[in-house]
Amino acid sequence: MSVQSPPAALTEVPGPVKKIEPAEKWRRLLMAPTVVPLLLWMIVPLALTIYFSFIHYSLESPAGNFGFVGIQNYQFLWSDSRFGTAILNTVIFLVSVLVITVVVGILLAVLYDQDFPGKNVAMLLVIAPFFVMPTVSAQIWHLLLMDPIYGVIGQFLQAIGLQPVDWLQTYPLPSIILIVSWEWIPFSFLILVTAIKSLDAEQKEAAAIDGAGPFTQFRYIVLPHLEKAIGVVVMIEMIFLLSIFAEIFTTTKGGPGDASTTLAYLVYSLGINQFDAGIASAGGILAVVLANIVSFFLVRMLAKNLQQNA
Amino acid sequence: MNKSSAWAKLGLAVLGWFIAALFFFPIFWIAVTAFKSEGDASTASLIFQPTLDAFAQVFTGTDYFLNVRNSIFVAFGSTILCFILAIPSAYRMAFYPTQKTQSLLLWMLSTKMMPAVGVLIPIYFIWQWLHLFDTVIGLVIVNALMNLPIAVWMAYTYFSEVPKGILEAGRIDGATAGQELWHLLRPMTMPGLSSTALLLIILAWNEAFWSLNLTAHDAAPLTAFIASQTGSQGQFLAQLSAASLLAVAPIMVMGWFTQKQLVSGLTFGAVK
Repeated sequence: MSVQSPPAALTEVPGPVKKIEPAEKWRRLLMAPTVVPLLLWMIVPLALTIYFSFIHYSLESPAGNFGFVGIQNYQFLWSDSRFGTAILNTVIFLVSVLVITVVVGILLAVLYDQDFPGKNVAMLLVIAPFFVMPTVSAQIWHLLLMDPIYGVIGQFLQAIGLQPVDWLQTYPLPSIILIVSWEWIPFSFLILVTAIKSLDAEQKEAAAIDGAGPFTQFRYIVLPHLEKAIGVVVMIEMIFLLSIFAEIFTTTKGGPGDASTTLAYLVYSLGINQFDAGIASAGGILAVVLANIVSFFLVRMLAKNLQQNA
Repeated sequence: MNKSSAWAKLGLAVLGWFIAALFFFPIFWIAVTAFKSEGDASTASLIFQPTLDAFAQVFTGTDYFLNVRNSIFVAFGSTILCFILAIPSAYRMAFYPTQKTQSLLLWMLSTKMMPAVGVLIPIYFIWQWLHLFDTVIGLVIVNALMNLPIAVWMAYTYFSEVPKGILEAGRIDGATAGQELWHLLRPMTMPGLSSTALLLIILAWNEAFWSLNLTAHDAAPLTAFIASQTGSQGQFLAQLSAASLLAVAPIMVMGWFTQKQLVSGLTFGAVK
């Protein structure tokens, strides 16, 4: 990056001085269209979130806005009963979706790694949900499938003589976990089935000749081979799932009560609905901290990958 | 082939198709409901008189075309902007790498890991201050910035696959950098870059977090329009399905064509 190169006086060290050819100066400028916008996009909003989280900034009670309040926003959040629920919901949601998508993704990858008639078309149908926009996914499940009276599931239950259930009201969080899993299983499946294809067929055959059954082969050959891909799926999903919003916004609006309020939805409802930017920002910072812990590991893994390829 | 393996294969096919049908059912169901009358739409029956009424209702009764137009502008606009910002640096990093290139690339990828919710509040205010709130331009910028690391990464990957000798030969023949890009690199990297473009269009088309938070009416794309349909008490289900089907179908077909790029693009090459 051109802006970071130190002044000439500092670089004048004894020994062979490496001269920068004129063209190289221009080439450095080529980085600017990517680096400058990304730098702004990353630093300005994040700095503002941190700043907001330490000031009083409410559009509803604007008296004393922009006054420094120390960690009061964090304390308020901590003592708010919704916060504990939101953290708990976020953890339950994250862990459930991750476990469901990875486990089902592995099973599907093994299944569709085999050959059968029409396999390619069947695979297209399985990955299709990933391309459905989140609000449409939410509406399909909400209004067409899970509605107690007009939904397919409810009518099916009635047809076989059972009581229909208002899923999103009775089991709000599990219902949202189901909807989001339906969207993200195709993602983990697609990654894992790509990874499983690179497994050496000879290795499996050799193991089969040595008398390893399908389960032994799966446990000791397939699963270790998928380890890295599973890690990638978990980390990437984690970052996306932390900001899952549209599915909740379109179906339960975080309710009933706060039964399906996650950290992301709480930040939205504090900041955009209740106009308290200070407290909402404190919540946002917590989400950033969580994501940073995850991305630290992801970036480390990608770095290893880059070095191997170089 | 012996008998037991033939049975195993049949079992496999039945299972594979059953699961595929299960996953696809919700999408199949909006496709069915879209062709029902509103009266039929509130029952789960598969026997009905198909009609295009719901589509007609969508086209006449609402601002649907405004939302479609916004979605198209955002998807294509952000992809074009993304390419303008990404190509120069991808070119630089692929053909003139320095010691800093790798860490720079990783830094770009790491910006993708910021959760949107962490910057929701400031972006919301900044967009209002800059009068970008509820504008198509505002959404174009957000989507372009969100997808920029993916675009740089993929363009860099495709550029790196070009044999260095070809560019040198061009330079000996006196080609300028611009000619080099247009006449040598463009045709060679076109297939890769166009599937990258498809992936970016899909991502921007389906983006919901910022679309819901940064638009009110004028710039609302399809994601926001669909979310605003309440359709309670079994009303307007056919209309909702018709609008949803139109919003989803073209992108799904595009998605099927970009599967491979999707895997390497979304995992930044960690899985190929």
